[in-house]
Amino acid sequence: MLIRRPTNILPSEITPQRFYARRRELMKLAAAGSVLGAAGLLGCDARGQAKTLGLQKLENVAKSSLSTNEPLTAYQHVTTYNNYYEFGTEKEEPAVYAKRLKVRPWMVVVEGEVAKPRTFGIEELLKFPLEERVYRLRCVEAWSMVIPWIGVEFNRIAKLVEPTSKAKFVEFLTAYQPDTMPGVRVPVLDWPYVEGLRIDEAMHPLTILAVGLYGEVLPNQNGAPVRLVVPWKYGFKSGKSIVRIRFVEKQPKTAWEKANPSEYGFYSNVNPGVDHPRWTQRKERRIPEYFARRDTVIFNGYGDQVASLYTGMDLKKLY
Amino acid sequence: MQLAPKTVSTLKAIVFLLALVPLARLATGALFFPDWLGANPAEFITRSLGDWTLRFLLITLAVTPVRKLSGWHWLASFRRMFGLYAFCYGVVHLSSYVAFDHVFDVVAILKDIVKRPFITVGFTALVLLVPLAVTSTNRMVQRLGAKRWLVLHRLVYVIAPLGVLHFWWMVKRDITEPAIYALVLAVLLGYRAAAKLKDRRRRARPAPRGPVAQPRANA
Repeated sequence: MLIRRPTNILPSEITPQRFYARRRELMKLAAAGSVLGAAGLLGCDARGQAKTLGLQKLENVAKSSLSTNEPLTAYQHVTTYNNYYEFGTEKEEPAVYAKRLKVRPWMVVVEGEVAKPRTFGIEELLKFPLEERVYRLRCVEAWSMVIPWIGVEFNRIAKLVEPTSKAKFVEFLTAYQPDTMPGVRVPVLDWPYVEGLRIDEAMHPLTILAVGLYGEVLPNQNGAPVRLVVPWKYGFKSGKSIVRIRFVEKQPKTAWEKANPSEYGFYSNVNPGVDHPRWTQRKERRIPEYFARRDTVIFNGYGDQVASLYTGMDLKKLY
Repeated sequence: MQLAPKTVSTLKAIVFLLALVPLARLATGALFFPDWLGANPAEFITRSLGDWTLRFLLITLAVTPVRKLSGWHWLASFRRMFGLYAFCYGVVHLSSYVAFDHVFDVVAILKDIVKRPFITVGFTALVLLVPLAVTSTNRMVQRLGAKRWLVLHRLVYVIAPLGVLHFWWMVKRDITEPAIYALVLAVLLGYRAAAKLKDRRRRARPAPRGPVAQPRANA
C-alpha cells in the first residue's frame, strides 16, 4: 500500500495564526484597496492628465452650475492644439511661439456707447469673483474639447461701464504685437483679429471673460491674459488676448467674416444643420479620439439657455 | 554616372524601405507613442498620408527631368516604384478619411464627394490613379503596347494637378504649403512643355544650307 506523504510544506508557506484569524477582514481590505486604486487610476485618466505648466495658481475660484460634468480634455491637448494665427497657422505653432507674447503690463480698454468708459488692468480683472466654467468647445473645423475655464461673466464688467441705449453690439479687439507675433507678418487675416457679439449675446450669463484654465492663469497660446469664451458658438468667436472692448451701434465686421464671408458668418452659432461649404458640421471629433462619431448638437448643447436669443431668426441665412 | 545593375538593385531596395518610413512612423505612433501624433491623431495621420501621396507623385514626375538633365539613366527604373508608392499612400489616405472622418458611413461619404469640390477632385485623382497602378506591370505594358501604354500614363499630367488642387482647396486660409507643391509641379510640367516645344522647333527648322549631310547609320 502506498502511503502518500504530505508534500514538503515550508514553514514560510504556513499562514501565521494572526493573519489566518483575520483572513476575511484582510480580503475585504484588499478588495477595497484595488477598487480604490482602480478608481484613482480612472480619476487620473479623466481629470488629469491634470499635469499643467505650473503657472500662477488662481485662488478662491467658485464652482458653477453652468459647468458640464463631461470628462475633461487633457491639459496637454488643450494647450498644444490651438488656432492662434498670430503665432502661425499650424496648430502646434502657438504652443511654441506664443511664449514670447508680452502679457504684462496688460490693459483692457472698455469704451464706446457707455456712460463710464474705463480701463481695467489685468490685476483688477483677476480680483473679480472668479468661477470655474467647464464648457464644451466646438471648433468650426469639426473637433471639440471640454475645458475647465476660469473667468468672470462679461455682464459684470459691462454693468460697471453702463452701456447706453445705443449699444447694440460689442466689438472685441485683440492684441497686435508685431515684434512677438511671427504670424502677423503674413496677411492671412486682417490684423488685429476682431470679434463681435450682439449685446444680448454678450450679456448672457454663459459668456465669460476667461483668465485661466485648469486652476491656473491662461497659458499664452490659449489667449493670455484675458480672452472671451462663448460656448455655444464656434471657437473662433472666442477672441484671445483682448485689449479693447467697444460697445457699438452697428454690427462689427469680424476677422473671419472679412476673410471669407461665404464660409464664416457674424453669428457662427454651432449648428449641425448648416454645413461649412467644405465639410459637414453634423459630426465632431472629441480630442483626442480617432473617430468623428459624435453628433454635433445645435448651439453646442446650450440651446436650453440660448435658443431664445434667436427666436424668429433664420439661422440658415444668419449663420 | 553609370551604375552597375547590382548597385542599382541595392539602391532600389534601400529606397523601397525608406519610402515605407513615413507609414511605419504613423503606425508606430498610433500603436505605441500617442505623443508623436499630437492632440488630433486622426487628422495628423490623414494629412501626413496626403502629404506623402503628393510628394511621391511629384517625385515620380521628377524622375524623367532629373534623368535627362543628369544623365543618370538608371533612374528610369525607379519611376514605377515611386508611382506605386503614390498610389499606395493615396489609398491609405482615402481609407483614413473613410474610417476616421466618416466612420464608414457610405452615404455621408458619397454626399461629401458630390458636394465638396476639394473632396471631388481628390477622389477623382485617386480613381484616375487606379488604371495606372493596374497597368504598371511589364506584362501590362506588353499587352497594351508601348504606345497605348504611354498615352494612358499621360493621365498623370491630370492627376498631379488635381492632387495639388485638392490640397489648395482644403486649406482654410494659409496657402503657403499648397503653393510650394504647385510651384514644384509647375516646374516639372514646365520642363516637359519646354522640351516638347524645343523638339518641335528643331524638327520644323529648315535643313541647313550647304552640302547635304549623309544620314548616319544607326542615328
